[in-house]
Amino acid sequence: MLGALLAGLTVSSAPVSAREAVTIRFHYSHFEPSVVTVPAGVQVTVTLRNDDPIDHEWIVGPPAVHEVHRHGTEAVHAGRATEVTVPALSTRTTTITFDDPGEYAYICHLPGHEEYGMKGIMVAR
Amino acid sequence: MRHFATRSTIVSAATLVGVLVGTASPALACAGLIGSNGAVNLGRTTTLAAYHDGVEHYVTAFKFLGGGGQFGTLIPLPDVPTSVERGGAWTLQRLVRETQPPRVFAAAPQAAAARDGVEVLLQTRVDALDLTVLKGGGAAVADWAHEHGFRLSPDAPEVLDFYAQRSPIFLAAVFDGDAAQQRGQQLGDGTPVHITIPIANPWVPLRILGLGKQPVDRVDADVFLLTDQTPSMLPLPRDGLSVFHSAAASSRLLDDLRADVGMDWVPQSAWLTELRINSSVADLRYDLAVDASGEGRPSAAAAGIETGGPDQLPDLVAALLFIVGAPALLLAGWRFA
Repeated sequence: MLGALLAGLTVSSAPVSAREAVTIRFHYSHFEPSVVTVPAGVQVTVTLRNDDPIDHEWIVGPPAVHEVHRHGTEAVHAGRATEVTVPALSTRTTTITFDDPGEYAYICHLPGHEEYGMKGIMVAR
Repeated sequence: MRHFATRSTIVSAATLVGVLVGTASPALACAGLIGSNGAVNLGRTTTLAAYHDGVEHYVTAFKFLGGGGQFGTLIPLPDVPTSVERGGAWTLQRLVRETQPPRVFAAAPQAAAARDGVEVLLQTRVDALDLTVLKGGGAAVADWAHEHGFRLSPDAPEVLDFYAQRSPIFLAAVFDGDAAQQRGQQLGDGTPVHITIPIANPWVPLRILGLGKQPVDRVDADVFLLTDQTPSMLPLPRDGLSVFHSAAASSRLLDDLRADVGMDWVPQSAWLTELRINSSVADLRYDLAVDASGEGRPSAAAAGIETGGPDQLPDLVAALLFIVGAPALLLAGWRFA
């Protein structure tokens, strides 16, 4: 099901051969920056730096993906490049390719975090 | 934040400052510490913060709202308390009744947290309430909470930093719902707690009242100050903060307070001020600083209006902040009746 939901996204955990790299900081339960523009069709290495003393997660994808996560999935995300758990005061790196141009929201779906404003948009052009 | 010379000066001023935070609002879900079962059913609390002879007396109550498991809150403290013990039976109710028609009182449960980098200064248990005084920064306290099985609300990192910049002392209050049930505590039963903190100037933590809530949520609370003279405060009345009562405390009130357990320190005369908070969480980004010295110079740093290090936060201010904040964090859905 998630495979279908992720149409347009190719994910990879392979070593970085990306031509693009972005860093997203987690600070006071917000993403910085909240808007990131990347090229479509190119591997993008995303460094996720959690400066908060609490756990967060970074889920990116089309609306259907987020709808699934709003109703609960696994407590800890691992093995899927578009779904990353970032423990308190730690950094994780993931590599993603956006095959299709478009806007893909990234959200922390831990309880109350999205409502608090922990969301952003990745624009693939 | 711990300047004994300043404290002595203020003590010599023989200023008494009391703060009572109460709520007339419906139950509000608020908690800084969220249990593994997601429980956040903590009610609002009423608090008395009084200052006399250089010592802050903080009395609050935590109300049992039912349910099992553990839940609680974190409360910033201005300084290290010398004691945490059961509070008097009627002090909080009596203070509220002084300025308002009889209504409901709220008590708050608290939670304990600590981890690497956190020093546990004091631990005690009052009924089903576990109280832990911690020394450490916001991150350290958050880690302690995590290690004790609690999840912090998303606003906690910023709020904890807000307070940790001025004082590294926090009180973790954890309400053990299972223990409450075993003790036969009924829904609505409150547990009064009296915290004694030597400090130099009164300070009431207001921003902490919004912990665990969303920015659009409302904070409704009453803050009672009991001082030797008319207090000087920051911030001044504004949208969301108004003065509801300001008059000399009646002898009858002071006598009643003094008659309660552990309240023999209440002076013979004092000034009673009641402030009402009715603000969105997003707008409530300040604390209440009180100058108890009579010099009319409350600290902007203590009020959180300007950034300041621990040295800029008057001890008493920190103490009061602690007092007020704790109950607010712990209790949700509590009402005074």
